[in-house]
Amino acid sequence: MVSAAEMLSVAAFEEGRFAQAMPSFGSERMGAPVVSFCRIDDREIRLREPVLEPDALIVQDPTLFQAIDVFGGLSSSGYVLINTGRRADQLGISQAVAHLPAGHVRTVPATELAMKYVQRPVPNAALLGALAAVSGVIELESVVKAIEDKFPGPIGEANIQAAHAAFDSVRAH
Amino acid sequence: MLKQVEGSQAVAEAIALCRPEVICAYPITPQTHIVEDLGGMVKGGDLAPCEFINVESEFAALSVAIGASAAGTRSYTATASQGLLFMAEAVYNASGLGLPIVMTVGNRAIGAPINIWNDQTDSMSMRDAGWIQLYAESNQEAVDLHIQAFRIAEVLSLPVMVCMDGFILTHAYERVDIPDQGQVDEFLPAFEPRQVLDPNKPISIGAMVGPDAFTEVRYLAHHKQMQALELIPKVADEFNSVFGRAAGGLLAGYRNEDAETVVVTLGSVIGTMEEVIDEMREAGSKIGAVSIRSFRPFPLEALRHALEPSKRIVVFEKCLAVGLGGVVASNVRMASHGMAKPVYSVIGGLGGRAITQASLRQLFQAAEQDTLEGLHFLDLNQDVVNRQIEREEGSRRSGSVAENILRDIGLVATAKVG
Repeated sequence: MVSAAEMLSVAAFEEGRFAQAMPSFGSERMGAPVVSFCRIDDREIRLREPVLEPDALIVQDPTLFQAIDVFGGLSSSGYVLINTGRRADQLGISQAVAHLPAGHVRTVPATELAMKYVQRPVPNAALLGALAAVSGVIELESVVKAIEDKFPGPIGEANIQAAHAAFDSVRAH
Repeated sequence: MLKQVEGSQAVAEAIALCRPEVICAYPITPQTHIVEDLGGMVKGGDLAPCEFINVESEFAALSVAIGASAAGTRSYTATASQGLLFMAEAVYNASGLGLPIVMTVGNRAIGAPINIWNDQTDSMSMRDAGWIQLYAESNQEAVDLHIQAFRIAEVLSLPVMVCMDGFILTHAYERVDIPDQGQVDEFLPAFEPRQVLDPNKPISIGAMVGPDAFTEVRYLAHHKQMQALELIPKVADEFNSVFGRAAGGLLAGYRNEDAETVVVTLGSVIGTMEEVIDEMREAGSKIGAVSIRSFRPFPLEALRHALEPSKRIVVFEKCLAVGLGGVVASNVRMASHGMAKPVYSVIGGLGGRAITQASLRQLFQAAEQDTLEGLHFLDLNQDVVNRQIEREEGSRRSGSVAENILRDIGLVATAKVG
């Protein structure tokens, strides 16, 4: 399983930048909340601490809002991207994200798009496509290259379609 | 060639470039990806000639590597944590027999309580087993140290353990420059064994040695490690001239020349420390660091030289000699013996606890003000500790420490609903 953070780091690398992706340092059991981190910089990254104050937050599973403080440390100019078919104002998180600028909290039905294009519930490619549309931290073209790197062939192509669809879905709203 | 890869994959590619002829593997987190990737390369024919041997335990993994090395092949294995403990007897045998095996340790805590995350208790438990021990600060250095390790091992006929922090390095994706085969071939000549088991010229290896010669054998083991002290910097220099980048050596200083406070550490935490040091330097602090690359042999003289100008020393390590304090700190105190300056011993990052810039900043500032205690546990939750101590004082049947503490933490953790 290639995590979204790993693929995001590859996408940043494709742009000639430095990137570091790290897995969660949390519990190792099925169903436990899982976190992974990605840092992107224009100089070599020496820091090894987990990302404590993210500029962008991707939430793969919105049921986590009930279990943990997902928004802890998020920068006041940060971005939030949530994998859901619902609108952000339907998720009961308005207070938690009230300090963020307008348009910085977005949703994308990444799992649905993955089911449509990849026929499997693998939302990572779609989420990264959407991230490119939301934040501008990464170009869609680099995300596509990273997907091609990781999944050459038909599976990669299907994931690229999902990424494009997610990008368009976010841009359309 | 620059690549954005997982640390384990980068190391697997480096090992393959070293043309190992036998790889023995038994999986254990967080080392598994390395041997998995190598297994794939052997099966796919990308690494040939090489025999990939799946074994039934870590004890077998190193025992098979010992046999393969004694038969004159370049041999490699990797392990971590309980796996390293399980092969302990063979670890001593490999060095005692003088067999130049290279082994990666993906540093991980040791149970009980079981914990799969990073600290350096595992490799530190084997620090006196006669192997050379090198510690990597990044995945680039892990790659470079493995290439150097085969060279060092084979020149001296001594096994080398390359230690890299589990998860923090093994599972991190970052930019790594993977050397090309021509460079590695230029740097690492074909293995020319000092001793070889050959059916056509039968010899025996591993004789019993009694009181009449055992001291001499041990003295020679120490002598060989002293030779390694000379060799390791030379190999690092030669590596630099072939590959065009610095890696390895006995130790590396960071802004320590004029530092009043010098932090001594090893492994990947130096990266985070460098960030904190830069920030404190900007605010006027005279602080620097020394990162130990070769823990065995221990560079007493080089370290003493690096510590000479400082006013105080902070030793930061991810392991604990229970009942004493710091393992690395004890070694550093030997290097600073007779110097009139405090040596603070700090234990941090145990069982994968994140080492943050904020905590390090506080720690270093306390050290500068000489308000640190002699032995300090970074980010220790004193409340949790006190509760358990009270429980033990209050009741004979106080139960299991680990389970009690987990219950306590579950109680204090607050679930925030958005």
